[in-house]
Amino acid sequence: MTVLTVKDLEVSFDGEPVLTGVNFALDEKESLAVIGPNGAGKSIFLRALLGMIPFKGTITWTKGARIGYVPQKIDADRHLPITFQNLLAAKASLRKISRGEIDTIVHAVSLDEKILTTPVGHLSGGQFQRGLIAFALLGKPNVLILDEPTASIDKPGEEQMYELIHRLQDEYNMTIILVSHDLSFVYRYSTKVLCLNQSGLCFGSPEEALTPDMLRKLYGGPTKFYHHMHHDDH
Amino acid sequence: MTITDFILPVLGAAAAGLVGAFALMKRTVLAGDVMSHIAIPGLGLAVLWKINPLVGGALTLFAGILIIWNLQKKTELSTEAAIGVMFATSVALGALLINSTEELVDALFGGFGAVSQGEFIFGVAVSLGVLIALWLLRNELIIGLFSPELAGTSGVNVDRVNLWFLLLFGLAILASLRFLGALLVGSLIIIPASAARQLTHTLGNFLVASVVLAMLAVIVGFIVAQHFGLEPGATVVVTAAAFFVISLFKKKK
Repeated sequence: MTVLTVKDLEVSFDGEPVLTGVNFALDEKESLAVIGPNGAGKSIFLRALLGMIPFKGTITWTKGARIGYVPQKIDADRHLPITFQNLLAAKASLRKISRGEIDTIVHAVSLDEKILTTPVGHLSGGQFQRGLIAFALLGKPNVLILDEPTASIDKPGEEQMYELIHRLQDEYNMTIILVSHDLSFVYRYSTKVLCLNQSGLCFGSPEEALTPDMLRKLYGGPTKFYHHMHHDDH
Repeated sequence: MTITDFILPVLGAAAAGLVGAFALMKRTVLAGDVMSHIAIPGLGLAVLWKINPLVGGALTLFAGILIIWNLQKKTELSTEAAIGVMFATSVALGALLINSTEELVDALFGGFGAVSQGEFIFGVAVSLGVLIALWLLRNELIIGLFSPELAGTSGVNVDRVNLWFLLLFGLAILASLRFLGALLVGSLIIIPASAARQLTHTLGNFLVASVVLAMLAVIVGFIVAQHFGLEPGATVVVTAAAFFVISLFKKKK
């Protein structure tokens, strides 16, 4: 069953188109990777999906789609005395979610007591990201949208983060849409890939869609592609 | 001074302390301090039209709130400049409208004679209202403080919450305006919160400490003022400032 249909999506800022011609349909339980060079409009695309910015064309979510969103980076004020425990409790209280569900999610994302009670501005990149994922999972979404979940995480942590997302997808029966810059993870974990470079260039399974031609078109030359394949530079 | 004379200022202080804690976290302290000054031309109009000063103050205060709210929504660089202009203009307009020096001092530093029964009831209702409303809004405020973007995707209407917060800020100012005056009322919102932030590490403790310190500043300030025959409003602010200085000695983790 289709969970998301995007037709002729176009986003402009001050009359300047920054994203055009995005068309695809995504099935339930798929794992979609959105790839493209810096400035390709990947984050803009996610923001349009979330209805946070105006756009032309149509974005249709299936009835009953509950979307959880994990932003790329939040510049948390180091002086803010707010912890993920406060944030999870606040969201649970707003949405009338039971304490039991908080505990389940905290366990699933393996947030320990220390992470929960440390002010958000003092957490490491990986801890912070897991906190954000727990926050997004509260309310049992069936679609999870993540904007570069490994952007502020070191190399060994990246693997763990993709493993975690993959495991959560199975446990919670979710459709995953994530922005990634690492093609080796895209091949391993994604069932579909969407190439963006200010316009929608490809959509399909990674094996079909990511032809050498397409990657050249997307990243502008084979060298970069191999860098990404072996993820030895960032 | 009787116990009833304490009730209104202490309740007003509790409201100011709680609003202040959230304002400190939201980093809207500057906008908030300016807001109290917007009440000055209203106080001037009230003197001119011979109406209750609180009504006049409320009039310009809430007009100012709507302007600041609209500026905040646009998030352009000009917001701070516009707030600066509003600040200066308000004080100048107030000074022009209030041509008696005595009344001008009252408007700036508090006073305006004895509190009527109607004003007492109004003040108590406003202070309690602010405390209750902030408690009800706390979840939205906390998520919005962390990330307005995430709040938006969690079903929080951030613009609406911001407007509510500004209105509550305005009401907290109004509740203490009469006895602290437009120049000093902002300090009861910001100083106890700043001291509380120094002294606490968790959100819950911070909110409670901010409220308690604001109330203590008023109680201690009034007692000291009474004892030494000082101006009560100014004594309260100096007391709060003393709390803040003491809080600086506490080592932060």
